[in-house]
Amino acid sequence: MNRARYAMRRAYSRLFLALCIAATAFGVGWLILILGDLAIQGFGGLTVDALTKMTPPPGSAGGLANAIVGSLIMTALAVVVGTPIGIFAGTYLAEYGKHSWLAFVVRFVNDILLSAPSIVIGLFVYELTVLQVGHFSAWAGATALAVIVIPVVVRTTENMLLLIPNTLREAAAALGTPRNIVIRTITWRAARAGIMTGILLAIARISGETAPLLFTALNNQFWSTNLNTPMGSLPVVIFQFAMSPYDDWHTLAWVGALLITATVLTLSILARVLEGKRSSQ
Amino acid sequence: MVEMVLSEEFAADSRAIAVRRFGPGERRFRAFTAAAALIVLAIFIGALTALVIGAWPALHAFGWPFLWTQVWNPVTEKFGALAPISGTLITSALAMVIAVPVGIGIAIFLTEICPRSLRRPVGIAIELLAGIPSIIFGIWGLFVFAPYFQQHIQPWLIDSFANVPVLQDLFAGPPYGIGMFTASLILSIMILPFISAVSRDVFETVPPALKESAYSLGCTKWEVMWRVVLPFARSGVVGGSMLALGRALGETMAVTFVIGNAHRISESIFAPGTTIAAAIANEFTEAYGALYLSSLIAIGLILFVITFIVLAAAQIMLYQLERRAGGRSQ
Repeated sequence: MNRARYAMRRAYSRLFLALCIAATAFGVGWLILILGDLAIQGFGGLTVDALTKMTPPPGSAGGLANAIVGSLIMTALAVVVGTPIGIFAGTYLAEYGKHSWLAFVVRFVNDILLSAPSIVIGLFVYELTVLQVGHFSAWAGATALAVIVIPVVVRTTENMLLLIPNTLREAAAALGTPRNIVIRTITWRAARAGIMTGILLAIARISGETAPLLFTALNNQFWSTNLNTPMGSLPVVIFQFAMSPYDDWHTLAWVGALLITATVLTLSILARVLEGKRSSQ
Repeated sequence: MVEMVLSEEFAADSRAIAVRRFGPGERRFRAFTAAAALIVLAIFIGALTALVIGAWPALHAFGWPFLWTQVWNPVTEKFGALAPISGTLITSALAMVIAVPVGIGIAIFLTEICPRSLRRPVGIAIELLAGIPSIIFGIWGLFVFAPYFQQHIQPWLIDSFANVPVLQDLFAGPPYGIGMFTASLILSIMILPFISAVSRDVFETVPPALKESAYSLGCTKWEVMWRVVLPFARSGVVGGSMLALGRALGETMAVTFVIGNAHRISESIFAPGTTIAAAIANEFTEAYGALYLSSLIAIGLILFVITFIVLAAAQIMLYQLERRAGGRSQ
C-alpha cells in the first residue's frame, strides 16, 4: 500500500517503545542510585559504637542503641495488638460478612485506611491518647503503628482466605463441623503462609513509619524501656539528625537509614519467599 | 415405622446436643470477628471525629476564609490554609505529570517488550521502590539529590528558560536545590510503582484475541498498545493513578525533607514551599497556643477529606473493574 506511511508508523512505534524502555531505566535507575548511596554512606558510618552507644548530644559521637530498641519495642507492641484484630476482621469479611452491607462498608473503609496519610493517623492518635493522658508516650506510638498495621493485615487475610477453595470448607461442613472450627482448623491453616506474608508486609510498612511517631512517641535521647514516657525510634532520630547541621548526626542518620532499609528489604524478600512457597504448593 | 420415629427422634436429639455444645462457641467466634471488623470502622469514624473536634477552635475562629487565606502567623495567631493546600495540590499534580506517563511506560515495557528472563527481576526492582520507606527518600533527596540538582541542573534550567515568557517565571529564582520541584520529583519516584503495578495487572487482563486481531490488521506494536490495550485498560490505569495520587497528597517525610517549609505561594516551582503534611510534621511538636495547634489539626482534617475523596473514587473504579473482570471470566 503506502510504503512511506508504513515506514513512518514503524518508526513511531520504535520511538515510543524506546521511550518505554527509557521509562523503565528511569525507575530502576533511581532505585540503584538510592540504594547505592545508602550503602556507601551507611556502611561508611556503621561501627560497633553506632549500634551500642546511646544517641549523642549535638556535635559528639555516639550511637543509635536506644532508638533501635525503641523501634523494636513499639513495632512489637503494634504487631501484637494489631495483628489479631486484623486477622479477625479479615476473617469476618471473607467468611461471615461476605456480601453483607457491613462487610461492604468495612472493606471500603479499610481500603481507604490502607492508603490514608499516616500523618493524619498520627494526629488522630495524638488526640486519642496524648491529649487525654497529658504526655507523649511509647504506648501512644505503638497505638499509632497498630492503627497502620490493622488495614494491611485485614486486606491480606481476606485475600488469602478467599483463595482457599470452597470445596475444602464444604467437605468439613458435610462432616458436621461447626463453622468456627472449620475456620480455625482448616481455612486458617490452609492460608497460614499467606497470612504470615501479610504480617511481614505490615511490619515492613511500620518499620519505616516516621510521621505517626513524631507527636505520639516523640523522641527520647536516653535509654528508656518505660512505655509511659516518650521513646526514641530510628525513623524519628533519622529525621531529627538529618535536619540538624552536625556532621556526626548526619553520619548516624545515614546508618539508621541503612538499618531501616535493610530491615524493610529483608522483610519484603521473606514475604516474597513465603508467597512463592504458597503458590508452588 | 417405629424404628424410623426413633431415629428421627435420635437425630433431633443429637442436633439439639450439637447446637447446645457448639452453638455458643460459634456465636462467640462470629461476634468476635464482627467486633474486629467494627474496630476498623471505629478507627475511621474515630479519626474523623477526633480531627473535627481538634480542628473546631480554628474553624470556629477563622470560618470558611481559613481555606483561602494565605497568612500563617503564629505570633499574631492568624492562620490560613491556602499555602499548604496549594503546595499539596501543586506538588502532587507535578508528581502525577511525571509519574503517570513513566509508570504506564514501565507497565508497557513489562508486559510487551521485556524478555521473559528479565521480567521478574525488573518487576521486583520496581516493587522494591514501593517498599523503601519515605524517610529514606527524604534523607537521600536532602543530602544527595538536592545538592547535585542545585549545582548542576538548576542553574542550567534557570538560564535556558530566562528569556522564554511564562517559563521564565516558572523556573525562576536562586537555585536552592530544595523546593517544590525537588519535592515533586521525589514524590513521582515514590508513586511510580503504584501506577505501574496496577497498570501491568490490567494490561495482562486484555484478551490476547483483541491484540492479535489488531496485529493481523497490520497494526504496529505501539498502535496495538495505544489504540487497543490502553483503551481497554483505561479504568484500571485511572484507578491506579488515583490511588497513587492519594499517596502523593498525604506523603509526609520525603516532602518535609526537601520542600523547604516556607508558608508562601510562589510562581516559581524552584522556590521553597510547604504541603499540609510537611507543615504538620514540622510544626506540630513546636506549636504553642491552642489556636496554632488547632489550625494544624484543621489542615490535617482538610488533607483527610481530600485524600478520602481521591481514594474513594479510586476504590470505586477498581471495584467496578473487578466486577467486570469477574463477569467476563464466567
